[in-house]
Amino acid sequence: MAEAFGDLFAREATAEAVRAAEAGCGFDPDLWRKLAAAGAPQMAVGVADGGGGASLVDLAVVVHEWGRRIAPVPLVEHAVCARLLSDAGNGEPIRELAASVISGDLIATMAPGPIEPDSTARLVPAGAVADVVAARRGDDIVVARSRPPGAARPNTADLPLADRDLSGAETVASGAAAASAWDRALAEWRALMAVAYAGLAGEVLAMGVAYTKQRHQFGVPVGSFQAVQHGLADAATRSEGARLLAFRAVSAVDAGRADGARLASMALLFGAESARFAADRVLQYHGGYGYSAEYDVQLYYRRAAGWLLQLGEPAAEVARLADADLGPKAA
Amino acid sequence: MPARAEDFRAEVRQFLAEHLTGEMIAATRDGTIHSPALHRAIADRGWLSGAVPAELGGGGMDPVELCVLLEELQLHQAPADALGVAVVGVSMILEHGNEHLRGAVAPRLMSGEALVCLGYSEPESGSDVAAARTRAVRDGDRWVINGSKMWTTLAHVADYVLLLTRTDPEVPKHRGLTFFVVPLDTAGIEIQAVETMGNERSNATFYDDVLLGDEWRLGEVNDGWTVMKTALKYERGIAGGQFPSPPVIEAAVDWARRARRADGSRPIDDDEVRNKLVRAMIDVEVCRSFAYHTAALASEGAMFGVEGSMTKLFASESYKKHCAWFLDMMGAEGLLTHDDPGAHMDGRIEEHFRHAPVTAIYGGTSEINRNLVAEGWLGLPRSR
Repeated sequence: MAEAFGDLFAREATAEAVRAAEAGCGFDPDLWRKLAAAGAPQMAVGVADGGGGASLVDLAVVVHEWGRRIAPVPLVEHAVCARLLSDAGNGEPIRELAASVISGDLIATMAPGPIEPDSTARLVPAGAVADVVAARRGDDIVVARSRPPGAARPNTADLPLADRDLSGAETVASGAAAASAWDRALAEWRALMAVAYAGLAGEVLAMGVAYTKQRHQFGVPVGSFQAVQHGLADAATRSEGARLLAFRAVSAVDAGRADGARLASMALLFGAESARFAADRVLQYHGGYGYSAEYDVQLYYRRAAGWLLQLGEPAAEVARLADADLGPKAA
Repeated sequence: MPARAEDFRAEVRQFLAEHLTGEMIAATRDGTIHSPALHRAIADRGWLSGAVPAELGGGGMDPVELCVLLEELQLHQAPADALGVAVVGVSMILEHGNEHLRGAVAPRLMSGEALVCLGYSEPESGSDVAAARTRAVRDGDRWVINGSKMWTTLAHVADYVLLLTRTDPEVPKHRGLTFFVVPLDTAGIEIQAVETMGNERSNATFYDDVLLGDEWRLGEVNDGWTVMKTALKYERGIAGGQFPSPPVIEAAVDWARRARRADGSRPIDDDEVRNKLVRAMIDVEVCRSFAYHTAALASEGAMFGVEGSMTKLFASESYKKHCAWFLDMMGAEGLLTHDDPGAHMDGRIEEHFRHAPVTAIYGGTSEINRNLVAEGWLGLPRSR
């Protein structure tokens, strides 16, 4: 399965496709249709709900390939939201909506941040293209279906970030059930993005190795200099550690283990940091070409920053971990 | 981590509650990170022989369980430096040793009755271990050994040293090496203490016309590099030393809760302190992920190499970083050693701060490990 989706992403989510999506709102509708036809966005939803019945770990294997190609489709947002809706959607209207999401006919996402008093959810990941947005309003989970703007707010990583009006949102879950379903969905999102980061880091390192072996300076390959080798070795070590931690987190979340959310947050923070370090080293070892728009490393460098930040400030993620492990701060 | 490994963890914790005492930990202040009673108890429990691969005649403990054992020993600060060395030594002897070594030495090491230490490094060769110059010259059916070794840690309490010698200086360096198992009470051996910044005692050992029968030779003449590669393989198999930070983090959290700053605030409520504690805990989870992964590879029978280098590189470098962070966090208080009655938790963080640098040096320096990752993992051209 990893191989099949790996091939699909390699064939369709080329650097040219990524660049073409950047000219629009950071979304490739053709690729989305092909993925939906292959069953990727809904694979980790139960069979009874119309999904593929795969585990979160199976999905993570596909997400790794998605991250490797920085593919311009909201696979993780959609997959996590589809699982949330299939679990939370008991009422009749939401059931129909959930069915369209699970089939991939409608694109779904989650707003990680709070809804503003004017009912706006700001900078929603995949907000430019999602037909369905789930969010937290007070103690509830609410879901809005509305026409996506089709335009993103211009941003560093050319992600389809957009503000969404959620004034027509309907409540699908409340109270403790809503809180636990939402927290679980966020943990899944974090763990899967950690895996995506491992894919990104792996590809950017492969790029760095290929370039530094082929590029000669002072009569020898740049990759034969120990200063360059040690920077790449540090990046590879951290990236491999990040990959192992990310898959551990996915397994823990999937099994519903108590430490799942903690490992997911840790894996996301460490994965982002490692991928940014790898992209930074590889850009540096490309020299001036790394800074040029023509080379692909800059595409990865920008997403390495953007993927984490669209979920919120890293400091807030750290603070949540600190509160859980050390107890809350004194006022 | 499979459930059976967690059951085993409970067993190890029970064992340590029964056998590991505060006195044993305090006794390591003399610089020798070894407790004869604890070593014997571990051996009696079958965990020393258990850690030796089954195909060599050991207990063939599941590598995942071995990983848990080493993790718990480290989390509890158990003085067990001799354990890993013994496992490597026994494995080398069982794989390459003659009948004499297998019959007279290996069982004594496995029972914990005798100790072995490693004689690879020399004053002029550390990372370039194959450049060893200690000479062994054949004299009839005996060998005459002359030279010196550095960092023969535990030699002053050990019974044997695994000695890497040069038997042919005329051929390329890797092809003229031969290993011996040398009883440390042989005439002509002198052991001198080497004091360290971390107060741990190591040794320099000197070999002056040491006469040794051929039965003490380990492996073929001039084939010492093959034996050395075996040693590195087993060393990676018991890749311990990957959980050095938790006791430091525990002390840092304790201090951050108890201390009061000039304005009356607690360090634990400071965002910068909380950030560093969380980052250190993340690094520990990364170390754990590496260790469990290499153990899982080993239990599937896969031979790993570069993964071991990554594990050690990440663990030792992050440990150094944590020690520096939390020493700084404490300000002047952080400088107090365990000799000061007011030192926080017997000066634990300060002690780790002085110990940490050696972990990025012994058993393969960080630079050697980066070379190995660059060549073996990334496929970059060899550089020196």
